[in-house]
Amino acid sequence: MAYFFRRILLLLVTVFLVSLITFAVFQIIPGDPIRIMLGPEADEARVETLEKQLGLDQALPIQYVNWMSGVFTGDLGDSIRFSRPVSELIADRLPVTLSLAFLSIAIVIMVAIPLGIYIAKRPNTLRDFVFSSVTQVGMAIPSFWLGMILMLGLGMSFQFFSISGYVPWSESITGAIGSLLLPAITIAIPQIAISFRYIRNTILEQLQLDYVRTIRSKGITERAVIYRHVLRNAMIPILTVFGLIFAEVVAGTIIVEQVFGLPGFGSLLITSISYRDFPLIQGIVMYITIVVVIINFVIDMLYAVLDPRIRLGE
Amino acid sequence: MKRIRKYGKNINLVIGGSILLMFLIMMVVSFLYTPYDVNTMDIANKLLPPSGEHWFGTDEFGRDIFSRIMVGTQTAFFVGTVSVGIGMVLGVLIGGISGYLGGWVDEIIMRVIDALMAFPGIILALMLVAVFGSGMVNTSIALGLMAIPGIARIARSGFLQSKDAEYVQAARLMGQTQVRIMTKHILPNVMSPLIVAASIAFAVALLAEAGLSYLGLGVQPPDPSWGRMLKDSQGYLVSAPWYTYAPGVVITLMVLGFYMLSNAIRDISDPRSR
Repeated sequence: MAYFFRRILLLLVTVFLVSLITFAVFQIIPGDPIRIMLGPEADEARVETLEKQLGLDQALPIQYVNWMSGVFTGDLGDSIRFSRPVSELIADRLPVTLSLAFLSIAIVIMVAIPLGIYIAKRPNTLRDFVFSSVTQVGMAIPSFWLGMILMLGLGMSFQFFSISGYVPWSESITGAIGSLLLPAITIAIPQIAISFRYIRNTILEQLQLDYVRTIRSKGITERAVIYRHVLRNAMIPILTVFGLIFAEVVAGTIIVEQVFGLPGFGSLLITSISYRDFPLIQGIVMYITIVVVIINFVIDMLYAVLDPRIRLGE
Repeated sequence: MKRIRKYGKNINLVIGGSILLMFLIMMVVSFLYTPYDVNTMDIANKLLPPSGEHWFGTDEFGRDIFSRIMVGTQTAFFVGTVSVGIGMVLGVLIGGISGYLGGWVDEIIMRVIDALMAFPGIILALMLVAVFGSGMVNTSIALGLMAIPGIARIARSGFLQSKDAEYVQAARLMGQTQVRIMTKHILPNVMSPLIVAASIAFAVALLAEAGLSYLGLGVQPPDPSWGRMLKDSQGYLVSAPWYTYAPGVVITLMVLGFYMLSNAIRDISDPRSR
């Protein structure tokens, strides 16, 4: 139980600090943020109304408390560029980014784990060397360029992929997959490269332990050795790497959405930055980061489920 | 001699080192000479495919892509060096103090570091760009701040492990100051994981700069940037695919060079991994 309490406490502290950082960063903007947003020729009346509307005439701690309670109630004020509530704008874009992130993660899991196991069973062979070299290159390729290359190679030759724009799920399921699959593969490839190396090493380490020799000598099939025993024991390190990858995937969607012209969080964030729409930037950053923090919290909880030593632990 | 032969076997060092050496030479040469002027437009010769005259072809304004790639190395090294410099100085300072002092100072610093690391990398950079504005210098600063938490964590664990080591106790008994113990005794001993981290941070900064410039929020024209070139090339993906190949390949190569270098340094400095 102590483990759970400590994790929950850490979660709250992290969320508090993340919100404080997100709030504070926008306080160090040189000059008056309202004037920066409205441009040098803004008239005084407009500046004053906006200042009132955003609550910038109040003391900083009050501003922070107001904003923070808005994070929980979903009222983050209005976007300056779009004149609509920030939370509404975010909700509009949520399905695209969410679908893209889940599709990417699914691809990473489906490719990296089997591939990692396959190579771990054949260490230091030619295939191992080839895959290790290829994954090193995979980590070095800028994801957006990879997207452009895939678009050029696959998107242009196969009708199935739509290379620009988004088809909502409600309109056509195959259309939605067609519009999301290439971007998802683009985001997934560098993450497959990272997690493959990690999974290979973890499984390889496990295979050299005594318990594997024991269960093998009992005559279980190699399949059962891997999937029932080795993978289970390797699950904690693998979960750790997927926690890191989730954050990378979320960050990846931001850029890759731009390549494929998908209307998700990425394009909203880029627009808000170009227009210096500070309430909107703060809202997007805060929500994305909270999701990442919560996912990592869930993974911490899973550790305890998987490994009683952690649950009952020191 | 034995040492040299041993290093020669390290494929990462040979390939990674050669790639980076090539880019360094390219950068030095680009200050003195480029085949064509990088900003002179020549609309009559726009979007030419690679040839003997234009090795990598020309862009939509008829500018020589190879010359622009050459000058782009200056931007890449500038952004990488400045951001890794900021990340190393502040990261080692913060992490070192945290690990060496321990106690509540450590607890507070580590919680803030954890919170900073909770932001997915590019998001933190984008937020900082929104505050500081874009451009080469601001991008470098934003990426430098982004590098601090990772480096600080590594510095902290090094200082934490070494603070009660015998050589540190000996220095303490000799009456040396805390600052001197930290800089003259512990720092050199925890340097190798930090150099590995710096090499990785350089690669990450290059990728992030390319990403930000691609989004139009990083390096701004007329400063040449490979990421920016990729953004510009996207409009001609079908009609002039070679335009996108050159900048994409050089970014990948340079990042790969730093990754390989970091692997090589790790192998050399950590006898267990050999």
